Amino acid sequence: MAVVETRKLTKVFKQGELGAVNEVDLETREGEFLVFLGPSGSGKTTLLRMIAGLESPTAGEILIGGKVVNDLTPRERRIAMVFQSYALYPHLTVYNNIVFPLKAQKVPKNLHKEKVEWASSLLGIGALLQRKPRELSGGERQRVALARAIVREPSVFLLDEPLSNLDAKLRLSAREELERFHRRVGTTTIYVTHDQVEAMAMGNRIMVLNKGVVRQLGTPKEVYDDPADTFVATFLGSPPMNLMEMDGMIVGFRPEHFRVSEDVKESAKVTFKFRVENVEYLGAEFILAGFLQGGKTDGKKVIARLLLGHSFEIGTTYDFAVAERHLKFFDRTTEKRITPRNFAWQ
Amino acid sequence: MAVGPVAKPGKTKFKSAGAARSPLLGIAMFSPAVLYIVLLIGLPFLLAIFYAFSDARIGTEMDLAHFWRHLVGLDNFRSILQSPSFRAALKNSIIFTVAAQVIVMVCANILSIALEKPFRGRGLVRFLILLPWVAPVSLGTIGWKWILDSIYSVITWALVTLGFVNKYSPPMWLGQEGLAITSVILVHCWRLIPFSTVILLAGRSAIPKEIPEAASIDGAGFWRTLFQINLPIMTPILGVAILFGTIFTFTDLAVVNLLTNGGPYDSTQTLPNLAFNQGIQGSDLAAGAAISVFLVPVLVVIAYFMLRVANRAEVV
Repeated sequence: MAVVETRKLTKVFKQGELGAVNEVDLETREGEFLVFLGPSGSGKTTLLRMIAGLESPTAGEILIGGKVVNDLTPRERRIAMVFQSYALYPHLTVYNNIVFPLKAQKVPKNLHKEKVEWASSLLGIGALLQRKPRELSGGERQRVALARAIVREPSVFLLDEPLSNLDAKLRLSAREELERFHRRVGTTTIYVTHDQVEAMAMGNRIMVLNKGVVRQLGTPKEVYDDPADTFVATFLGSPPMNLMEMDGMIVGFRPEHFRVSEDVKESAKVTFKFRVENVEYLGAEFILAGFLQGGKTDGKKVIARLLLGHSFEIGTTYDFAVAERHLKFFDRTTEKRITPRNFAWQ
Repeated sequence: MAVGPVAKPGKTKFKSAGAARSPLLGIAMFSPAVLYIVLLIGLPFLLAIFYAFSDARIGTEMDLAHFWRHLVGLDNFRSILQSPSFRAALKNSIIFTVAAQVIVMVCANILSIALEKPFRGRGLVRFLILLPWVAPVSLGTIGWKWILDSIYSVITWALVTLGFVNKYSPPMWLGQEGLAITSVILVHCWRLIPFSTVILLAGRSAIPKEIPEAASIDGAGFWRTLFQINLPIMTPILGVAILFGTIFTFTDLAVVNLLTNGGPYDSTQTLPNLAFNQGIQGSDLAAGAAISVFLVPVLVVIAYFMLRVANRAEVV
């Protein structure tokens, strides 16, 4: 097992253009599950591919286990990677797919069978060993890809959106399986996704990227509760954080903190008149969309997320409130988080 | 059951296309292709089979109304099989085809790997590589005839200038047995490499790029990735390239006819050239036809195996 480090890692694809990855500093912790989270084009996959050795950095250093690996080929880095498309070898059986890395890395032949059986039983695909990839379902392919990655006992695991090709139901069970799998093998894992739910659910830590820049690195709780800037605040959470520009700064609060006034027990709270324009009933909760009325915030669009227990009419105005401790403040120009300050709401 | 006019599932699809409602239109659309095949391929083929079993000669009149009077059974085949020229031609045809295919496959693979990744001027290089295929065979071969000429050969001149070869006994590229065979093979290669390169390039670019990447992460080097991953995945398309290359070389008349006309002493004789020499120039139509027809079962067998390979295509 090893720690992956990057120092001022940069990748520029076309000279003169903005880098796909810009000066990323990163240090994983032993055995952790680190998630790179960002929208498409944020550079998360490029960053992963540089760590894997499939892409050479324009500047900066990559270290695995304390050793600079910039000039090493992927095979010399002792990493394993699972691709979004799984990249199984279509002409080989499952057994031969899994044994391929052992052959390529010249593992003694007498160990092959034992190791393949170990890896395939770990992922519950022992019965599929003689099949070809095209005879497998999406979930089975994913497990074969994982087995092929784990069989050589790599020092680092890289996963590039491995769940995005599965349907929604399968994705949930595959996610749990991956978590259990990681707990069992305990290998340092870097996981790339654009799905914030996956990131929140699986990551020990999340690194939020946008336009090739690290916006925040922290535990799921930190990035959700204490977003470093407005990008992180709106990218995580569904629906996203409500942001409104006031008095030279940006104030935000999460939809679940915007509640019917009488339900907000804190004494330090800000109250609003909220005119409901749309109601979405989602079974366990409501999503209300509407705008604020009166005062400085008149006309601002806001979304609320409430548990059941109230009923709402479209076109009616209600008393809503946010506890002051749930308000987040951001600088208007840098969009970075700033310390809470007192504020005249009316 | 009350059954109206039930259309088969396939048919309804055509109906919705509208234009194909009249069967006449369909017939009119594909009849040119059928006519073309029947008149230019089917009839000559049947005629050749007939000639092969007949005593047809150029200049003698044939009474086609009583064609059976001309049938001579397997006489033509018996006589060509005894001819040393035929045996040399059969052997050479196989040697040329196999040797050219081996060289072409190796070179086309190297070229397709080299041309896969973008670099400055790749378009120009691809165009230049394709040129030998675009040029008419006969023109290209005449060019080679000059390059390999016994007096004016530019290769000889270069070798003499560099001091590798004695000026007064230069190699006769097309006049010495071994050299002539080599020359013919190389001209075939020159002609087929572009075609195979283009096919292999298409095959390579059809492999998702994650697959060789996964192989490199799994620890495979260049050769292992090539022989255990890329080439096996490309088997169907390699089969197509080899099938076409084999048929092009095996049936080619122009290269041998123009370069050596089978000489010296039948050492580069091939079946198509022998058929042409005996059947057309030697006016023994029946012998020529028998030699040509002899090729058919050989080619059918090759085509059958190659198509089987191509059918085993693996879908990712």
